[in-house]
Amino acid sequence: MDRAKRPLSPHLQIYKPQLTSVLSITHRGTGVFLSVGALFLSCWLLAVARGPEAYASLQDFMNAWYGRILLYAWLFALYYHLCNGIRHLCWDMGYGLDLKTTYATGYAVIVLSILFTLFTVYLGCNPQGAGV
Amino acid sequence: MKPAVLHWWAQRLTAVILTPLCLWFTFALVGAIGMDHASVIVWIKSPLISPLLILFLLALFYHAQLGLEVVMEDYINNDNVRNRCILLSKVAMLAAGLIAVLAVLKIAMGL
Repeated sequence: MDRAKRPLSPHLQIYKPQLTSVLSITHRGTGVFLSVGALFLSCWLLAVARGPEAYASLQDFMNAWYGRILLYAWLFALYYHLCNGIRHLCWDMGYGLDLKTTYATGYAVIVLSILFTLFTVYLGCNPQGAGV
Repeated sequence: MKPAVLHWWAQRLTAVILTPLCLWFTFALVGAIGMDHASVIVWIKSPLISPLLILFLLALFYHAQLGLEVVMEDYINNDNVRNRCILLSKVAMLAAGLIAVLAVLKIAMGL
C-alpha cells in the first residue's frame, strides 16, 4: 500500500468507545501527562539544588489550590499508568488475554488506582508516620 | 538487535525498573510534604537515596521518551511534522533528565 495512504491506528472518533479501548487510550493519555510531570520533577530538583528561596517558591506553587489539583491528578495518573502497565506486562507474557479476564483486570485497574490515590492523599493529609 | 525490537524491550525493562521505584518515590514525597529545604537536602544526600533517585530519573526519562515516541508515531500523520516532534521530545526529555540528574549530583556532593 502507498505509504501516504496507510490508515493511522486507532481511529478514536470512529470506534464506539468500549472499556478496553477507553482504558487503552487513557494509558497513553496518562503517559503523556506523566511526561509533563517528569519535566516538573526536574524543575523541583533544580529548585532544591538552587537553594531555599527557589525551593520555597516552588513549594508555594504546589501548596496553592491549583498546585494541589495538579499533584492529585499526577498521583492518579501515576497509579493508573502503573496498574495498567502491569496489566500490559502480563499480556506481553501471554497471561490474561481472553475477553473475560481482560474486562475483569480492566475494572480492577480502575478500582485499584482510585483506592491507591485516595489512600495516598489520606497519608498526605496525616503525615505522621508516612515518611520513607 | 533491530531498533524497533530494542525500543520494545527498553520500554518493558524500564517499566519493570520503574514499578518499585515509582512507589518508593511517591511515598517518599508524601513523607516530604511540609519538609523544609535543609531536610530535603539531608534526605537526598544520604548515600542510599541519591543513587536510587538517579536510577529512578534515568529510567523515568528514558521510559517517557519511548512512550511519547510511540504516541506520536501513531497519531501524527505528516512524516515531516512527526519526525520533528519526535526529535523535539527527545531533546526535551534528554535535557530535562540531564538537569534532574545533575541537580541530584550537585546536592549529593554538597556543591
